[in-house]
Amino acid sequence: MRVLAAMSGGVDSAVAAALAVDAGHDVTGVHLALSPDRQTLRSGARGCCSVEDAHDARRVADELGIPFYVWDLADRFREDVVDDFVAEYAAGRTPNPCLRCNEKIKFTAVLDRARALGFDAVVTGHHARLADGELRRSVDAAKDQSYVLGVLTPEQLAAAMFPLGGMTKERVREIAAERGFAVATKADSHDICFIPDGDTRGFLARKLGSRPGPLVDAATGATVGEHDGTYGFTVGQRRGLGVSVGDQQPRYVLGIEPVSRTVTIGTADLAGVDEVATAAATWTGRAPGLPLRAQVQLRAHGRPVGCEVVAGDDGGLVLHLDEVQRGVAAGQSAVLYEPDAERGDRVLGQAAIRLSRKRQEAVGH
Amino acid sequence: MTYTEPVYLDHAATTPVLPEVLAAMTEQLGRVGNASSLHASGRSARRAAEQARERLAEALGARPSEVLFTGGGTESDNLAVKGLFWARRQADPRRRRIVVSPAEHHAVLDSVEWLATHEGAEVTWLRVEPSGRVTPEALADALGDGSDVAVASVMWANNEIGTVSDIAALAATAHDVGVPLHTDAVQAVGQVLVDFGATGVDALTMTGHKLGGPMGAGVLLLRREAECTPLLHGGGQERDVRSGTLDVAAIVGLGVATVAAVHGRVERAAELARLRDRLVAGVVERVPDARLNGAPLDDVVRSGPGRLPGNAHLSFPGAEGDALLMLLDARGIECSTGSACSAGVARPSHVLTAVGADPDRARSSLRFSLGHTSTDADVDALLEVVAPVVERARRAGMGRR
Repeated sequence: MRVLAAMSGGVDSAVAAALAVDAGHDVTGVHLALSPDRQTLRSGARGCCSVEDAHDARRVADELGIPFYVWDLADRFREDVVDDFVAEYAAGRTPNPCLRCNEKIKFTAVLDRARALGFDAVVTGHHARLADGELRRSVDAAKDQSYVLGVLTPEQLAAAMFPLGGMTKERVREIAAERGFAVATKADSHDICFIPDGDTRGFLARKLGSRPGPLVDAATGATVGEHDGTYGFTVGQRRGLGVSVGDQQPRYVLGIEPVSRTVTIGTADLAGVDEVATAAATWTGRAPGLPLRAQVQLRAHGRPVGCEVVAGDDGGLVLHLDEVQRGVAAGQSAVLYEPDAERGDRVLGQAAIRLSRKRQEAVGH
Repeated sequence: MTYTEPVYLDHAATTPVLPEVLAAMTEQLGRVGNASSLHASGRSARRAAEQARERLAEALGARPSEVLFTGGGTESDNLAVKGLFWARRQADPRRRRIVVSPAEHHAVLDSVEWLATHEGAEVTWLRVEPSGRVTPEALADALGDGSDVAVASVMWANNEIGTVSDIAALAATAHDVGVPLHTDAVQAVGQVLVDFGATGVDALTMTGHKLGGPMGAGVLLLRREAECTPLLHGGGQERDVRSGTLDVAAIVGLGVATVAAVHGRVERAAELARLRDRLVAGVVERVPDARLNGAPLDDVVRSGPGRLPGNAHLSFPGAEGDALLMLLDARGIECSTGSACSAGVARPSHVLTAVGADPDRARSSLRFSLGHTSTDADVDALLEVVAPVVERARRAGMGRR
């Protein structure tokens, strides 16, 4: 097959490209330039968009003897990922930009272009298993990235290759070292690539400016403080609220209301939810019949919880959780899994969380 | 897909080393000797370097003392632009202006911009014809009375679209108001007649690897009376304007390559023009809306070609240069899209932008450049695949919405 390897300059995508070459594919490497103002050198462990990262990717491609190009997708990335990220926060939601990037950039913009140019598939260094069109968790639970791939459709998955899902990160580094790749010991990237200093609140403040509003205690309805912008908060957040309420019990963000810019906080007993309503779902395979028993993961690196999935009134889903969960934020994806200890939990699909609540309250309305 | 040899249509990037250059350099590399040493080995090295200097000077209509060996075209451009600027401003602090074409090579542009940022230079951008040519009228307008101008720089032939300017006329225009003219002739030497003395320019950049010589060896031809402040300080080997131990083997190779390129020029230029005309006609026949950028193929400047005979620069509306290059590369055909940034991101060509092309046209362009090893078979190979490649690239769109 003619395969396009998306090469960030990190160890995972380097080994994925190498494995695609080993498998006998005709591989071409592509580094995605996602930032218009690229730094010359990498700073810390964040991001993959410095000139140094492009060089690292090129070095590996040259060693593999495959063609290598840089594709400038900075405009698309800004529109589809960065602007969306800012708009979601402005609307009081908590987006996942990595998921959005996979959905809109790697498996839409890149895949469409690759197909038009005559490629059959895109190979990436994601840690997830993909066989027979079924997307499953990586064998390396700590590195599993199936959550941020949960948004992919059957058509996208049909043209994707994830050769690393069956091995641990440790094994990936071993393979890189065996091949003499200089990136074998390169630090893992983490956090959000377009916020290289890691200061998300500062980034949003620069984009959105000061948008002050009240902090309201749920129990009393009293305004207990002021904030500079709802974008500084995520549902479930405990630290950095900047208020102290009389009883000294820890407070959590319970809700964010973007129009009045009200951030509601409350004690732990109020922070739990067991019912989640979502927007319309996307499915990695044929849409399953509802109701459905499944596991759901409600944020990146979150612990999966059992649930009953039923159809909502408005084309979305309603998830009845087996256990009360905290920190269920609108804007995050609820990724549904079918447990499978043998072959890895299978990703069924995902839907964006719209709101969450305690079921008894819902009944009361 | 297996290809034995790529079809190389990127001679303006670099061209294969000539066999006689390889032989001469190999011989010289086997000999010990620093050209600055006083003993026999040093004298022998000195003799080889000076013979190369004399032959190169003769081939380019310069005096041997006007030949400064450098590390290549970029160094020569930096030395000319910065060195002339510093020396002329030193002599008269009012001279802070640099008059330059926006279609120059980045070695000139970035030097000028560095001087503007760090040395208080003021830049006057020259008007450029749609063909890419700078006219004496445009230069005269930009120079004014010349009293505040430190240096002017206009390339002899453009590296992307191949347009030749009338450097003799531009030099006369600059001299009318007492301003020195530098010209980057990296692409011109060996393709069009370059006579340093007859042209009257004050400084001329050339390099070896575009002619079948080695990389990393270039020349700045600098008139004896021109004052130029050095960039590199040290042994003062080159007229005290450039320091550094002479790379004698590279200089020998550069000399052999330059003499060969200049002596074989008329015959080779005719052959390159024939192949180039076939290439352009063949591409346009297969992709009717492909458009030639730069001067017409039969353009004439001062009784010589107005366009480099080996240059074909074409836009393919609706297709991205990036995609075209990649698809051709996959079929073993090597060409260029113009400039890429240090990360490898293709950028709309500043040359096409300077001549008034819109960004889409600038992004949809490819440069095919022919050289001494080019054959009809190379052109045939391109013509065989160009139509399906363009069609496929068009399906991939411009990579944007």
